[in-house]
Amino acid sequence: MPSKKDILDLHFMDARYKLIDIAAFLDRVERHPGAGDFRLNALKMAIPLLLSDQPGRAKAILESFSDFSTEPAATAHTQGASGALNPALAEG
Amino acid sequence: MKYIEPHAHMVSRTTDDYQTLALAGCEAICEPAFWAGFDRSSPKGFYDYFRQLTEYEPARAAKFGIPHFCWLCINPKEAEDPVFAREVMSLIPEFIDQPSVLGIGEIGLNKNTRNELAIFEEHVQIALDRDLPILIHTPHLEDKLKGTRLMLDSLANFSSLHRDKVIIDHVEEHTVDLVLDQGYWAGMTLYPESKCTPNRAIDILETHEGSKLWLNSACDWGVSDPLAVVKCGFEMKKRQHSAEAIEKILFDNPKRFLSQCPNFKLDGADRKVSANS
Repeated sequence: MPSKKDILDLHFMDARYKLIDIAAFLDRVERHPGAGDFRLNALKMAIPLLLSDQPGRAKAILESFSDFSTEPAATAHTQGASGALNPALAEG
Repeated sequence: MKYIEPHAHMVSRTTDDYQTLALAGCEAICEPAFWAGFDRSSPKGFYDYFRQLTEYEPARAAKFGIPHFCWLCINPKEAEDPVFAREVMSLIPEFIDQPSVLGIGEIGLNKNTRNELAIFEEHVQIALDRDLPILIHTPHLEDKLKGTRLMLDSLANFSSLHRDKVIIDHVEEHTVDLVLDQGYWAGMTLYPESKCTPNRAIDILETHEGSKLWLNSACDWGVSDPLAVVKCGFEMKKRQHSAEAIEKILFDNPKRFLSQCPNFKLDGADRKVSANS
């Protein structure tokens, strides 16, 4: 099994650039005009989950973007998915 | 690297991709019926699509020495209209006995609606009536968790269902345990932006027992990578997985599940499809 250092050697640079890219994305959204939407709110809600001391961070972030309602929807409002739950379309 | 691509939408790929897959060591390709990136205007569009899946693609793959198999259904993205969906499903019996058909799939949910769920359950019954395996698509992004739960609840009502003969695809960290804990197989899809990255899939492998997991690319008409499975095998090697462990997930596991399909044969000796058909 690889050590922590082995994993850092393999993936630190990849994680570093992805983290900076998220920061740059937030800056980019902020400096452009208009209002954000539920997707931006969902992303900001998910980011603190990265700092958990417990394993399962990826699962927690996926769950934070998920629809937790339990009843089938009466109809499909759209055919695609946006990546975060749109409160305006949420049922139940 | 010897491997099986258990989920690829080759109707949307070039012939060059078949050559690339063959050069990479692909021993078999399995193609579930799915959405073509646009809605068909009539059920007749599915008649042509089922012919393409059962006749044309096996012949195209055979030119590169790769057996091509398929699954049949109407996909959940086009199942919201139940009248339309049932008309398409009425075509399935005409194709289900073709020599490269594996079972019913990829059925499932898209927006988790009542109509989608009804059509999903009717497909499950078709599979049960013919004792065929089932390949299940789970919804995208924010809809995945709810859709997975709805389908697991629905499947629990089919008392004659053999869970070993059902694979629930596109699992991620928040759904993999739900699927495996109930005795089903789980597929991890390596697809850019949505679904799993290779390293996340390997993380799931490293934290689960792994005997009922497979990897697939689900390469299709979107931005996707037909070599994603073999590239994940390469990432496993970088993370010090043994050659045996890599072959288990890339080849042995899909072979074990797919061998439950009466038509799944890797040698091709007694398959009727030929490169010249």
